[in-house]
Amino acid sequence: MLKFFFPNRIISLNNKIISGLIIVMVLTIFVGTIFSLIISPPDYIQGDSVRIMYVHVPSSFIAIGCFSFIGAASILNLVFKLKFVSLMAKSIAPIGCIFSLVSIVTGSLWGKPTWGVWWAWDARLTSMIILFSFYLAYIFTWKFVEHFEKANKITSIIAILGLFNLPVIKYSVYWWSTLHQPSSITLTSAPTIHYTMLIPLIIMFFGMIVYSFIIFLMKYKTEIMKIKSNKKNNK
Amino acid sequence: MLGRKVKSRIYVLVFLFITVAIIIFFVLKSLEENVVYFFSPTEIYNKTDISFNQKIRVGGLVKEGSTSKNETTINFTITDLKNEIIVSYNGMVPNLFSEGKGVVAEGKLRDKKYFVADKIMAKHDENYMPPEVSKSLSESN
Repeated sequence: MLKFFFPNRIISLNNKIISGLIIVMVLTIFVGTIFSLIISPPDYIQGDSVRIMYVHVPSSFIAIGCFSFIGAASILNLVFKLKFVSLMAKSIAPIGCIFSLVSIVTGSLWGKPTWGVWWAWDARLTSMIILFSFYLAYIFTWKFVEHFEKANKITSIIAILGLFNLPVIKYSVYWWSTLHQPSSITLTSAPTIHYTMLIPLIIMFFGMIVYSFIIFLMKYKTEIMKIKSNKKNNK
Repeated sequence: MLGRKVKSRIYVLVFLFITVAIIIFFVLKSLEENVVYFFSPTEIYNKTDISFNQKIRVGGLVKEGSTSKNETTINFTITDLKNEIIVSYNGMVPNLFSEGKGVVAEGKLRDKKYFVADKIMAKHDENYMPPEVSKSLSESN
């Protein structure tokens, strides 16, 4: 399976696979949206404004997950000098960046009717802004630094520094007093979300992951093809 | 199995990791007062360096039965089940503000027992459930 991501194999990724994934994604998001907006119940405290959760929570998870991948890839790159791993990280960055922005914006839209404010500089919200900034720094470095190896080194360092922000994001609601509430979904305890609301959340989460994967595959294929055509031109 | 160059790169990375982690830990620890979003009534009670003119935030639960409204002002008590502080606010509180639920008030301390707020934020917990489930839970209690 992993061999598929090696440069020579990704070129063979034909459009049929991507089209198939797109169909899966559209169906999932469609079903998820019906659940989120209509079938699922309102919250006992928040009423219908809880429905923003079905976009906000998956975006946040994906934003953090993508950056974890970028950080891990950067470590692998610095240690083992694997070029294609850097290209994978470069390909997943834009979608992670978009989802971190979606998380912040949907969170703000959710905050106004519930907390009463559009924004608060508490640890959770601030660390998400920091994550977004790291994404921007990572993406713009790849864009504006001409020499590949130089960009590779600088972006790897940016990504590894950004890794330290990830536990801060996750544990901010436990380490300090914050306006944002603690996590409802954890690895160690049962979810504090009723199953009627957990199901649409999982569906939307799955749909958004497939979407991220599609975007990643398309970008990654482009990056590999760019490198190959550069090689050809230099010969 | 791992070449010498790879091994040395791993050592450098691990060393840098530990160093940066320690630096970040100490930076966050020393900035703690600014990283916390609000103080609990107990923290206010124990605080020795409070100035009554600076803007701070107090948070906790709205004490049951403590809300009193007149035309322009609402008064209520914030409690953390150990200590309390009375808050006075001119204006409309958020929809989710209610007794027994979380709240964060931003403003200035009049004294250690009395707080004048210029902003009220409702805080909610991490539990999500339909109204029927909540009703049956409270009935069974």
